[in-house]
Amino acid sequence: MMSALLKHRERFLAMVILVLVLAVGAITPEFLRPTSLVGAFNDTSILIILAMGQMLVILTRCIDLSVAANLALTGMAVGMINAAFPGVPVPLLILFAMSMGACLGAVNGFFVWIVGVPAIVVTLGTMSIYRGTIFLLSDGAWVNSHQMSEAFIDLPRSVVLGLPVMSWIAIATVAVCYFATHQLRVGREFFTTGGNPTAAFYTGVSVGKVQFKAFVVSGMFSGLCGYLWVSRYAVAYVDVANGFELQVVAACVIGGISIMGGIGTVLGCALGALFLGVINNALPVIGVSPFWQMAISGAVIIIAVIANSAAERNQGRIILRRAVSKRDAQVQHQEA
Amino acid sequence: MENAMTQKVVPNRLTNHWLRYVLRWETFLLLVTALVFLFNSFATPYFLDPWNLSDATFNFTEKAIIALPMAMLIICREIDLSVASIIALASVSMGLAAEAGVGPGGLVVVAVAVGIACGLFNGLVVTRFGIPSIVVTIGTMSLYRGITYVVLGDSAFTDYPDGFEFFGQGYVYWVFSFEFTLFLALALVFYGLLHHTNFGRRTYAIGSNPTAALYSGIKVNKHKLVLFVLVGALSGLASVLLTSRLGSTRPSIAFAWELSIVTMVVLGGVSILGGAGSMVGVVIAVFLMGLVTFGLGLLNVPGIVMSIIIGAMLISVISIPVVVGRLRRAREQRK
Repeated sequence: MMSALLKHRERFLAMVILVLVLAVGAITPEFLRPTSLVGAFNDTSILIILAMGQMLVILTRCIDLSVAANLALTGMAVGMINAAFPGVPVPLLILFAMSMGACLGAVNGFFVWIVGVPAIVVTLGTMSIYRGTIFLLSDGAWVNSHQMSEAFIDLPRSVVLGLPVMSWIAIATVAVCYFATHQLRVGREFFTTGGNPTAAFYTGVSVGKVQFKAFVVSGMFSGLCGYLWVSRYAVAYVDVANGFELQVVAACVIGGISIMGGIGTVLGCALGALFLGVINNALPVIGVSPFWQMAISGAVIIIAVIANSAAERNQGRIILRRAVSKRDAQVQHQEA
Repeated sequence: MENAMTQKVVPNRLTNHWLRYVLRWETFLLLVTALVFLFNSFATPYFLDPWNLSDATFNFTEKAIIALPMAMLIICREIDLSVASIIALASVSMGLAAEAGVGPGGLVVVAVAVGIACGLFNGLVVTRFGIPSIVVTIGTMSLYRGITYVVLGDSAFTDYPDGFEFFGQGYVYWVFSFEFTLFLALALVFYGLLHHTNFGRRTYAIGSNPTAALYSGIKVNKHKLVLFVLVGALSGLASVLLTSRLGSTRPSIAFAWELSIVTMVVLGGVSILGGAGSMVGVVIAVFLMGLVTFGLGLLNVPGIVMSIIIGAMLISVISIPVVVGRLRRAREQRK
């Protein structure tokens, strides 16, 4: 029963999320109002976007622990630009945030691809370098809401077709990643690289280059989230999103992305993020102290990786069994 | 002339015995440490005072104590990122025990026991399910620290029994603090353990090739479990020292220490891919990190800027051997 559910990670997660939402709704019916649900989803948007980038990195057998620091640094840069030059149009700022994030991601990718340093070490290092750079950039000062232009703050909040723009951006990111990983050569290469780097090399895929691309995309999404975060909370300071990288990795792991690379789906990853988002939103609603949040996400990560390891082991056997039974069936068919 | 000839014949080996010592990572580290020491003593007049130097040891001793078993764990191809959270959890347990009226000796037992339990949990999840330790310990890092937040919220424990402050603030002899003396003793113990026992040889064997180690009769999983427990136990011990030194427990205690601990180990020449490294290197790296941060502190560099320097140190220290190795190989190929 359990292993059957785990094989269909997306269905299982969707069910758990539904049960969770209904359970919280049973305790506090206000939670089930459309505005609360939209609010909960909107709160999770940033986590979903970051999880998409992290997913690509993890698929290639790497890990990006610098996403939150990257987010905070680009967020601070964008916030300061907006405070100093309110005339700069917001789309241009978003473009700037995405390119700056991509450059910061490329630094990670450079060390992994060209120098050959393990990703965990590089990103642990850049995590503290980026975080420290925010202090150098801002001198420890805050950028507050009154310093930001109206357009800067309003964009993610403005409602289109019943959903805030920020939610639409998250949905669009998931859609693009879904399309890329299912239809495009670039997207398939992430799976090839992580699934079997040696085989990928012999089929003409440059493993390091794919890893570099994954870091650039992850950085780009972090940059985008940098703007979204600063605009949504209308404040930028050194400790923005401190420790958020753990939530992002957790979302991926819960969503069934194997930390050994090569296994996972976009939908599962998005649902993993949504699961964490629902928990984070539900805790205060049912009157649990927010101090529980960290312990719960830690426990969920551990349970999820244990479940993943079980599911992966089963998967290997079942593919083999299916292949064998298919071959047997063919043989019987031919004999008949 | 003769040396040059032999070197051409066997380019990979250094024939001079003394050169082999000079070109070691540890020697390089020692040189850098000496330079930093000299630079510091010229940069500020306050540096070369025995009591100032003794004070300087306080800000890295607790980390250094965890770096010792962490080096063995990394040599064994595993890593524990939850050490800082274990410190926090052990510290909270001590706070609870102190409230219940446990004496200083009992508090040490509580902290080390909690550390062992945490390490055991990490080790069991890693070895039983074959999950990479990096993910498991990222999870437990947030789990253990999360529990401290659940217990403490935004309050703090500040009531510790009399006599407890000795562990973090007491002196054994002249300027030698209890902490620092304990670190030196543990460094000797771990040097012996890694370089002069079967246990140490097995650690290298597993780190170089876990499969080969398994087939040559080493109980790989059991060995890793012991190392995780060792890291947990010493994190508990470090928690005693830190809590005693600060005299209070907040949930954010020792936040992000795992980064500087891993940096110490890697700076000491331990390969993050496992199988290589020495205790001497780690101990020198500990002093190097301590001197750098203390010197920067004397120059009024804020902590967050120090974290830039530590992060850059971590990346460059790992990059340099890789790049040098590649250049050397390229030069040999040209020959």
